[in-house]
Amino acid sequence: MTTQQTPTATTPTWTPPPVRRDEFDAPGDTAEPMGSRAVGLRVAGVDKTYATRRGDVHALSNIDLEVGRGEFVSLVGRSGCGKTTLLRVLSGLLAPTAGTVEAGERPAWVAGRRDDTVFAEFGLVFQEANLFPWFTVLDNVALPLKLRGVSKAQRRTRAAELCATVGLSGFEDSYPRELSGGMRQRAAIARALACDPSVLLMDEPFGALDAMTRDRMNLELQHIHAVSGTTVVFVTHSISEAVFLADRVVLLTPRPGRIRSVTPIDLPRPRSVEVEATAEFGELVVGLRRQLDEED
Amino acid sequence: MTTSLDRDTDTRTDGDPAPRAVDADATPAEGESPWMRRLPWVSGPLMLLALVGVWQFAVSVVGVSEFILPAPAAVVGALGDLFADPEIGSHIGITLLEVLAGFGIALVVGIAVGATLGRIAWLQRAVQPALVALQVVPKVAFVPIFVIWFGFGPTSKIIMAALLAFFPIMLNVMLGVRSVDRGHRDVMRGLGASKWATFRDMELPTTLPYVFAGAEVAIVFSVIGAIVGEYLGGSQGLGYLVVSSLNALDAPRLFAVIVLLAVLGSLLYVAVTTTKKLVIPWHDSVRTGV
Ligand SMILES: Nc1ncnc2c1ncn2[C@@H]1O[C@H](COP(=O)(O)OP(=O)(O)OP(=O)(O)O)[C@@H](O)[C@H]1O
Ligand SMILES: [Mg+2]
Repeated sequence: MTTQQTPTATTPTWTPPPVRRDEFDAPGDTAEPMGSRAVGLRVAGVDKTYATRRGDVHALSNIDLEVGRGEFVSLVGRSGCGKTTLLRVLSGLLAPTAGTVEAGERPAWVAGRRDDTVFAEFGLVFQEANLFPWFTVLDNVALPLKLRGVSKAQRRTRAAELCATVGLSGFEDSYPRELSGGMRQRAAIARALACDPSVLLMDEPFGALDAMTRDRMNLELQHIHAVSGTTVVFVTHSISEAVFLADRVVLLTPRPGRIRSVTPIDLPRPRSVEVEATAEFGELVVGLRRQLDEED
Repeated sequence: MTTSLDRDTDTRTDGDPAPRAVDADATPAEGESPWMRRLPWVSGPLMLLALVGVWQFAVSVVGVSEFILPAPAAVVGALGDLFADPEIGSHIGITLLEVLAGFGIALVVGIAVGATLGRIAWLQRAVQPALVALQVVPKVAFVPIFVIWFGFGPTSKIIMAALLAFFPIMLNVMLGVRSVDRGHRDVMRGLGASKWATFRDMELPTTLPYVFAGAEVAIVFSVIGAIVGEYLGGSQGLGYLVVSSLNALDAPRLFAVIVLLAVLGSLLYVAVTTTKKLVIPWHDSVRTGV
């Protein structure tokens, strides 16, 4: 343990390869073209009240939302407006007080009990990487496959591929604590992608990262989304990040959390960082920010 | 584990600033330079040498009585005599057996009780008064009782060793079982992991460092338990040798046996820490060499 086997000093400088147009037209093996009516995720009348010692907290009120298959939806809103609560309901970690969640027409909550087979198809990324310190990066990434009973050899191959996808090649045998924050978050994303999720739910995954790393991660995420064609719900409190990534931006208002507006983002894809300098982008961001300010 | 989703036992993890001990940014270099690694191996013998020096000084210059403090050479001689005695092997063997048996029992029972109490909150609260009472009682005071109950053989010593070693293990395991990171739990729940998989891949690895933290204390306590047991009864073991040397007013032999005990205790402790290094190489306490 005295010598570092891995070149920790050099963070991998992986830049996403340019996305080719045709990758958008054929996202993975799903036949649905983008923007079709196929539903990835449907939320209807979701209500959530937390019972606390100091009384009830009405966190979500009557949330209706439909996310198309392969669509990228960003969820923004100020702190405490219920973004995390909504995402936890979507990801099956929290039972809604009322309402339904459906994934590809299948109900995810039946009478307050979660249907594990539905949620098993979801990939979750939290604000913290939540990697297991007792596993190497490779074992962390392979965890979902291990739980599904994939053979050791197969899951190692697949996990190594995923590490390459997120630019962690060469770090497979490192322990999480030997990685930087951004690398850990990438490992967490790779883990979420391990079982080819039909839906990817991300709660401020880049919240703890510096602006530069964040920009890079956004590009990587855009690329991953384009190639895999998964449905993504992405929580952030950065409006520009939301606009940059999303097909639609959903704005939540607090107390109780409800959907205030849904803004379609028609900026052409793939988007590069330069898009943030365009007038169109600026208008979208200013418009959303104004809506947020109006709340006061 | 409570994986019930029907209730609002769920609390979020985001915005929670609590630092995670094992996941925190550890500067990989800390305590890991070859020099730092080797330092104890240099300082240890040096301190031993200094100790023997002061000792010899006290004997030959200050002139402390041979009976109060025998000269180092005399103790070394007594050690030689001890090993020349064919019975020494059985004395060491008996003490070792008592220590290991007591430690083993404490490990099994401590893990079982700790894990149970850590998981079942109401039970833990119910037995809390008894636990506190047992913990504050000076347990070595029980030795005579154990001698009455279990006789002068090794059994009473094994039980004493087990009783002393039990608490550090049980308390640590109880804490460990409760220390599962909420974020980690979310990961396993999100993946729809079975109870067995959750135990194998999350709860067990979380608890193991606590088991070892308890075991490191417990192995030392087991030695104390066995020796104190031997002081008070029986005719076997290193503790008995200490008492018999005292009765014979043989100070060099007394010191020699104590040196033997120190070596035995150190070897046992090293055995536990080495096992720890093999079982949980990923843990911070292993990396920094604590
Ligand atoms: N476990 C809980 N028990 C009680 N109240 C809760 C719980 N979790 C969240 N809340 C309340 O629900 C509301 C929404 O919280 P939530 O975490 O969803 O907000 P958020 O939009 O994710 O905020 P942030 O941007 O700061 O992460 C808040 O008023 C919060 O106090
Ligand atoms: Mg949140």
